[in-house]
Amino acid sequence: MNHSRTIPREGNRVKLDHLSLPAALRKAPSGITGFDEITGGGLPRGRTTLLLGGPGSGKTVFALQYLINGARTYGEPGIFVAFEETSERIMANAESFDWKLAQLRKKKLLMIDAQPNFDLVQTGDFDLCGMLAGLGLQATQMKARRIVFDALDIVLAMLPDLSARRREIYRLHEWLVNRGMTCIFTLKASADNANSITQQPYGFMQFMVDCSVILNHSVVAGVSQRNMRVQKYRGSSFDENESPFVIGDGGFDVAIVRTLGRADVKVTNERVTSGVKRLDTMLGGGYYRAACVLITGFPGTAKTTLSGAFAEAACRRGERTLFVSFDSDGSEVIRNLASVGIKLDRYLKSGLLRMVSARTIVGSAEMSLVRIKAIASAHRARCLVIDPVSALSNSGTELAAHGVGQRLIDWSKADRITLVCTSLLNEIAEHSETDTPLHISTLSDTWIHLSYVVQAGERNRGMSIIKSRGTAHSNQVRELILSNAGVTLADIFTAGGEVLMGTMRWQKESAERVADEVAEVAGKVKLVTLDAQQAELEVRLKAVQTELLAKQLEKTLLARTTASRKAVILHGSVRMRELRGGDAPKHK
Amino acid sequence: MTRRSIYKFRLYVADDTMNSAQATANLHALCKSHLSGRHEIEIVDVFKEPQRAILEGIRMTPTLLRLAPLPIRRIVGTLMDTQRVLETLGLDTKVV
Repeated sequence: MNHSRTIPREGNRVKLDHLSLPAALRKAPSGITGFDEITGGGLPRGRTTLLLGGPGSGKTVFALQYLINGARTYGEPGIFVAFEETSERIMANAESFDWKLAQLRKKKLLMIDAQPNFDLVQTGDFDLCGMLAGLGLQATQMKARRIVFDALDIVLAMLPDLSARRREIYRLHEWLVNRGMTCIFTLKASADNANSITQQPYGFMQFMVDCSVILNHSVVAGVSQRNMRVQKYRGSSFDENESPFVIGDGGFDVAIVRTLGRADVKVTNERVTSGVKRLDTMLGGGYYRAACVLITGFPGTAKTTLSGAFAEAACRRGERTLFVSFDSDGSEVIRNLASVGIKLDRYLKSGLLRMVSARTIVGSAEMSLVRIKAIASAHRARCLVIDPVSALSNSGTELAAHGVGQRLIDWSKADRITLVCTSLLNEIAEHSETDTPLHISTLSDTWIHLSYVVQAGERNRGMSIIKSRGTAHSNQVRELILSNAGVTLADIFTAGGEVLMGTMRWQKESAERVADEVAEVAGKVKLVTLDAQQAELEVRLKAVQTELLAKQLEKTLLARTTASRKAVILHGSVRMRELRGGDAPKHK
Repeated sequence: MTRRSIYKFRLYVADDTMNSAQATANLHALCKSHLSGRHEIEIVDVFKEPQRAILEGIRMTPTLLRLAPLPIRRIVGTLMDTQRVLETLGLDTKVV
């Protein structure tokens, strides 16, 4: 295609898909969460879209929401032609959504009742020109750009034969194309064979329209499951897979695994504390901001406590936090956490923390996710705890739950929410440490596993970090200690290659303490003894030195006396001889 | 109703479509044979006067309205089934 096309670049490098510019002009955004992403921008502008679905699959809701968003957000007034329900009933039903329809009516959203009168006497062939003439005038008057024909099958059923139906559909189609209005036909399809619609009476419509969307409402394992699939879209790429959707307070919410063409979320090196100082040290500083942290463990291994510590720390930093509990009521969680020194009630009062008991959320995993997302964005949460996330997999199929887990993480990362999920591991289940019900373990950034370590007839809580992407982390299994002063990790004591926990650790700790004391005392005694010995030796040394000095003096004296005596003797004998005059002096 | 009563009809047609042309022809023929001299026919083209089609709630063409005598009767289609049309309009031969 237009690879050579030059796209003006502004200051920062803006990457534009070469298709995105013209495509944006060619499409009429529906404004429905997820749908515009699936179709790369919305419905084909100035063309017709067929919306197929069984009873209660949400055709009317989708079509109405498309018009409302068009009128409100995109400045495109619309007409809703109701063939089945009266417009009053449709409006009354729409009141249950937060669409605030009343202010839109008349000028930007026209509801036309076109329910056929079944008492109508009919002889011979007829056509829909009367309706088109009227619509043409109204569309011109209100400058309508969008139009919906709801339950077209009703009016088609009145036409006598297939060729008449075909003729009228093509007439309608041509009229729409000439006017350049973006149109949705909704059409009933039996719920179970929406795919084999081509065999159904209006199958030709699927070939005529430019876009065809199938809504499916089924019950899987006792849980309602809604799916949407774009079957065809002329001149555009689209997500061909089934996408689950829910109809919530705001209308349609289509779940998409990954926003097409979405830029990677800006990653950050910012750390947030886990609420347990020693755990932060093990993780090299804490969790990453906007990371997904998974805490797995058997029942009672303090998963909730660990996530509560995180929530408390987040609130202490002044970050808005949402705590979703599937197991117990919010007040119960707060009471239980208070017993281990995690005091959340003050943050609940100040509004920083919001507790949600998800037991009140009924429906599929998809529904729960949508609710959680809605509550989190209403609360503007920066930190989110889901306890336990494995509860999501309780309803519906495993595959659906897996998708939900993936979307949960995608969403939290995109919204830069730090997510802490706990996940219950089934003690009986084979997969033990290796897997979590939602397969969330492979997607999470940090995985902390809590377990019971049975040693010397005791169960103690052991904690280890199975993985932590992008951060150095300790390989040590640590003992998790809960007390009314809070949560902490015990010092490491090993013996015989085992990390000691519980009373064994305590014994070892006290034994070491006693041994320390004994050694200290012994040392002191030894020191004193040595001091005494040293003093004694020093005294002895002094005495000996003094004695030595005396001896030296004595020796000097002795030498001197000896010498003088010799001299005296020698001198004396010579003198004596001289005196006697006997001998002449020798050598003279 | 009396034999003397005047029948007022309004036929909504769409341009010169086949259906509309047939309906017009059928209505004229029927009036000639059954209501000679005591009928009024107004033909309204929905494309020329869409406002009237909206006000009257005309979705399908051709649509025949019997405005008088009251009550108003509506027939949709080409009026090809003469017997059915006569019954609906109260012009059944037995009644007449």
